[in-house]
Amino acid sequence: MTLDAVLDVVAAGCLIAGALLSLAAGVALVRFPDLLSRMHAAAKPQVLGLLLVLLGCALRLRSGVDITTLVLVGAFQLATAPVAAHMVGRAAYPHDEIRRDLLLTDELAAHLDDVRARRADAPGEPDPASRPA
Amino acid sequence: MTTGPANPPLDRRARWRNRVVAVTGLATMWVLLWGTLSWANVINGLVVAAVLVVVFPLPPVTFAGRIRPVGLLRFVLRFLLDLVVASAQIAWLAVRFGHTPHAAIIAVRLRVNSDLNLTLTAEALSLVPGSLILEADRGTGTLYVHVLGVRTPAEVERFRDGVLDLEARIIAAIGSAEELRTLDRPAPTGPSEPVDLEGAST
Repeated sequence: MTLDAVLDVVAAGCLIAGALLSLAAGVALVRFPDLLSRMHAAAKPQVLGLLLVLLGCALRLRSGVDITTLVLVGAFQLATAPVAAHMVGRAAYPHDEIRRDLLLTDELAAHLDDVRARRADAPGEPDPASRPA
Repeated sequence: MTTGPANPPLDRRARWRNRVVAVTGLATMWVLLWGTLSWANVINGLVVAAVLVVVFPLPPVTFAGRIRPVGLLRFVLRFLLDLVVASAQIAWLAVRFGHTPHAAIIAVRLRVNSDLNLTLTAEALSLVPGSLILEADRGTGTLYVHVLGVRTPAEVERFRDGVLDLEARIIAAIGSAEELRTLDRPAPTGPSEPVDLEGAST
């Protein structure tokens, strides 16, 4: 078996594994109970799935011009997916779609209550720890 | 433990070093986008990056440490392993019937309160098993983490230790000697006090 054939087989494996992980992420999005759990699905299997698909593409294409672009796509995915998950989670947190009955503890709620109480005490103070409603 | 300002003012040399790092990074990105390494690409990239850095100055990043190759390698390998484990865990939870995963929201106060450490730990946390960053308090260096798939309070505590281990790996990779010493001290336990707003009176 030539090197090309070996690389093609590995690439195929990566592509299939990446596709399956993305499928799992999709299933998790549908089946998980609340928004925060769903963001886990959007952040983890989806990122690894994409990385595997990129790796598969790189092994199949084998040209410098394409691989540099794939590296950039992967790097930005790693950098931005957690930020996106954070922003969506934080925007939804106190209000929507959070199954509180499934939470064992919630230390953020105590923190936000504290911040709110302090703000009521000192209305003129700028408050870095909270956000406008 | 007192919480100093997260960002002490930088001296001239540190500022210049930041700019050089930013220009190098942006120029590398430019060359990667074009895909071929040629003098024309490198020079164009440097010009574009220099203009960007001058026109859109970013807030300064305090990087007091230095890069340790062994620590960095250990962090990257463990991170990739964690990413695979995390994906498998979510995939398993997704296809498991008749089971609703429980969760918790915990506050973890990091031992090294710098913007860079806070950001890197938060980013890495979101990609390792079970955790998703929900809120970061820059004043106290506290991360609020959503933990998926825990069943007992003991597991929650184990997870808290896991977050601090991750922080220790990041500091071992890029932290300064002083930050490494901070890790040896006993960690503050429990959720942190919020920023003391009243203390800022002049």
